[in-house]
Amino acid sequence: MTMFRMNRRSVLAGAAATAFSARSMAQAQQPINIKIGVLNDRSGLYADLTGEGSAIAARMAAEDFGAAAKGLNVQIVSADHQNKPDVGANIARQWYDNDAVDVIADVPTSSVALAVNQITREKNKIFLNSGAATSDLTGSQCSPNTVHWTYDTYMLSQGTGGAMVKAGGDTWFFLTADYAFGHALERDTTAVVQRQGGRVLGAVRTPFPGTDFSSFLLQAQASRAKVIGLANAGGDTVNSIKQAAEFGITAGGQKLAGLLVFVNDVHALGLQTAQGLVLTETFYWDLNDSTRAWSRRFAPQRAGNMPSMVQAGVYGSVLHYLKAVAATRSKDAAQAMTWMKGNETDDPLFGKGTVRADGRKLHPAYLFEVKKPSESKGPWDYYKLLATLPAEEAFRPLSANACPLVRA
Amino acid sequence: MFELLGIPPQALFGQLLLGLINGSFYAILSLGLAVIFGLLNIINFTHGAQYMMGAFIAWMLLNWLGIGYWPSLLLAPVVAGVSGVIIERLFMQRLYHLDHLYGLLLTFGLALIIQGLFRNYFGSSGLPYQIPAELRGGQNLGFMFLPNYRAWVVVASLAVCLATWFVIEKTRLGAYLRAATENPTLTQAFGINVPLLITLTYGFGVGLAAFAGVLAAPIYSVNPNMGADLIIVVFAVVVIGGMGSILGAIVTGFGLGIIEGLTKVFYPEASATVIFIIMAIVLLVKPAGLFGRTA
Amino acid sequence: MAEVTITPPAPENAEQADHSALHRTLFIGMAALLVVLPFIPVIGYPFFLMKVLCFALFACAFNLMLGYGGLLSFGHAAYFGFAAYVAAYTAKHWGLTPEVSILLGTGSGAVLGLAFGALAIRRQGIYFAMITLALAQMVYFFSLQAPRFTGGEDGIQAVPRNALFGVLPLGNDTTTYYLVAVIFFVGVLLIYRIIHSPFGQVLKAIRDNEARAVSLGYRVNQYKLAVFVLSASLAGLAGATKAIAVQLASLTDVHWSMSGEVVLMTLVGGMGTVFGPIVGAAVIISMQNFLAGLGAWVTVVQGVIFVICVLVFREGIVGVIGKWLKKPL
Repeated sequence: MTMFRMNRRSVLAGAAATAFSARSMAQAQQPINIKIGVLNDRSGLYADLTGEGSAIAARMAAEDFGAAAKGLNVQIVSADHQNKPDVGANIARQWYDNDAVDVIADVPTSSVALAVNQITREKNKIFLNSGAATSDLTGSQCSPNTVHWTYDTYMLSQGTGGAMVKAGGDTWFFLTADYAFGHALERDTTAVVQRQGGRVLGAVRTPFPGTDFSSFLLQAQASRAKVIGLANAGGDTVNSIKQAAEFGITAGGQKLAGLLVFVNDVHALGLQTAQGLVLTETFYWDLNDSTRAWSRRFAPQRAGNMPSMVQAGVYGSVLHYLKAVAATRSKDAAQAMTWMKGNETDDPLFGKGTVRADGRKLHPAYLFEVKKPSESKGPWDYYKLLATLPAEEAFRPLSANACPLVRA
Repeated sequence: MFELLGIPPQALFGQLLLGLINGSFYAILSLGLAVIFGLLNIINFTHGAQYMMGAFIAWMLLNWLGIGYWPSLLLAPVVAGVSGVIIERLFMQRLYHLDHLYGLLLTFGLALIIQGLFRNYFGSSGLPYQIPAELRGGQNLGFMFLPNYRAWVVVASLAVCLATWFVIEKTRLGAYLRAATENPTLTQAFGINVPLLITLTYGFGVGLAAFAGVLAAPIYSVNPNMGADLIIVVFAVVVIGGMGSILGAIVTGFGLGIIEGLTKVFYPEASATVIFIIMAIVLLVKPAGLFGRTA
Repeated sequence: MAEVTITPPAPENAEQADHSALHRTLFIGMAALLVVLPFIPVIGYPFFLMKVLCFALFACAFNLMLGYGGLLSFGHAAYFGFAAYVAAYTAKHWGLTPEVSILLGTGSGAVLGLAFGALAIRRQGIYFAMITLALAQMVYFFSLQAPRFTGGEDGIQAVPRNALFGVLPLGNDTTTYYLVAVIFFVGVLLIYRIIHSPFGQVLKAIRDNEARAVSLGYRVNQYKLAVFVLSASLAGLAGATKAIAVQLASLTDVHWSMSGEVVLMTLVGGMGTVFGPIVGAAVIISMQNFLAGLGAWVTVVQGVIFVICVLVFREGIVGVIGKWLKKPL
């Protein structure tokens, strides 16, 4: 009103307006408090490949991003879900309801991840999954609030299954852990093997968790399949690989294909036992200069242990999320998700990539073979790269996806 | 070539042999439980944790002190046995005048503590332990490739089981033990130090568990959780054999290993459950177990 | 050898009236507390409270058998967990209303209790404990092997909270909390009535001296089976309520470590006391909740509590308070 007339009052008003806009500028620069909950296994089977290492990775992401300088006040909390969906669901609810947690990251173990996925959607927060394998997170149970970063069962079977057949391993026998995860791996890998012209000679369902696999390995041996596919994880995989070496199965010419093997498993097995194993991961510390540089900063904080791909995924996903908040200056879940899906990801560990509409993060996958002890140049020098699968081949295409978000 | 129940006999032999190998572990572990139960009347819930300790002690001896497998086979049970003696002196002795159920609860608590401590210190991924050089490789038996180490497991376990049985049933020391089991007060009156006998028996039972742990270290991964689930299976073995029966524990241990092995061929999904099904049947028909006396 | 020493001091008849007045006051106090709890900060988080109440009811059911029947079951997770599955399944896949689901769950606990109890009561003491453990283990393996019913290791997730009686929506946590509180209160009251009924008196007589009860002409096994079934049903009630309240039924509920946990709760609170298991459950669940950040140390702490309770603190918290007051609680 008085703005149009140049008099004292208008000058005053103008000054007030400037003051106001300056205040709103200051408000914009007021730090946004972000609380990230790293929820994973801190005491059980997956504690080494997720655990405190994932929390460290999340903290490194905040530091590397320079969050504080960009007006983000990032706080990382962590908890142990003990691989139990009830414990995980309980913590997730408390975090969202009482502790003002904005984002839950990591969450290995598919059953827990599915539970957290549901709660996150219900509370309209954000879930950055790195540790879980189930492709349902971006399939039938996909959610607008979830990003699934590191790997999934589809990619594992695609990588290892496809590559083994191409390398001449065209007859398969599966040792399948008798639960949903094992069944999914077996089913997906069977499809890949058959599509590439291979044959599946048989499969045996092993009680989960198990310790003695010798009986099942003998059945696999008797099948004379060229490849024994290990559709299991964690301790089951370690024990079956160990016992395959013991019973001379690998020495007898049959190849072992570890469908879900982490670098920490190889570390636990030792090269003597694990040599020759073929596996797929999306990150390896010794992949290139930037992964090496990052891992060398990470390892001293974890008593010299190199990061797993899950921990790398926590770093990558948290970094991408922080970028989203810094860009939109908002913690609104929908805005952050839109930004994350709309902008290319870029981090030193996975390189450039994208987050797809169904929440699937796309990046290349790598087929590795475990080195012989003689080939290894030092501690943690375990893999040699056999092949690189481009992102669009590694992950399930949208056309084959049951995700309702994509259909809509 | 004829086939038996749809699988060639060679394969069946192989599976029977594997069953026997697994049975070796059940036998030693259930033997330890039976010995402890016989004299102390305590169901030793810590047994699984002590089996795990055996494997870890062997690992620590190797990695921290450079002591190899063979000395560990003797040393680890002794170390674990001493820890058992301490537990017995410190805790269990206070409970003998109470209901036996308190013993079960105490050992359950101790198992939680031991497993938790090892998990905190060593993580849960498992640690590698190599098969001793003398026992690497294996024999081709025609129907299967038998790793030397597995053959050794059966031999060692049979020897230990038979020796224990012999000591308890055929020697003077064993006679004291059995007398103390039957009537501790009277045995004490005859000038035998029953409390000492009880302490040593517990130590020996723990030693057996640790021995099984060392045997297991090279073939299963050395893992803080390795005993947690096994202990339930071994309980079932003891219940089937008849609680407190030495011979029952040994025979049932090997027998159930074989039955489990066969299940792995014909219906692998059920192989973890079959022992519990047998247990239910045995309890229906013979509540005291196969070799047990009626209480 | 006589079964002894799981024996809290028996009430003197002369003081009985005095005690029931005290108990009435305590029950009224408890009801009032249940009403106001959700309004108390920090602990008034309805989700946490519901969990505590469900486990408290579970522990009370367990205590009915151990503290008053002298029977240590090491497999109570079977009834709790199986009922949770039944309630979750019927609510999710058949769309039944909560009260019907919970009733079906309770019923399944009763049936399971009848079958297992008939087997287990043939033996005593430790043998009894082992048999209940092994039978419960079969339920666990069934749950693992029947993913179509139990959801395997995923459990049954996102159990819907349908409208109570088809009309009263359980939309928010606080409403559901009050439903759970009512179930809990009625359950505990029922247990209290059972303990102080003639049936309960016979039970205590059997617990204290089975041979004497037999010689007095009581059919001991029928009493044992009856208390077994009652305890299993109430454990089932707790499990079914938990499934609806927490919206999840999983393998944790049927695993043997759950059976161990309920023993721990009862032991900490005071076995053979009416209010002990409630206090015990509150302590243990709070500990798991607030110490979750300690990771594997929680197991160690639990183990230490177990050992301390067995060695020096056998009466439990409420038992000790009762001793000070010289009144059974």
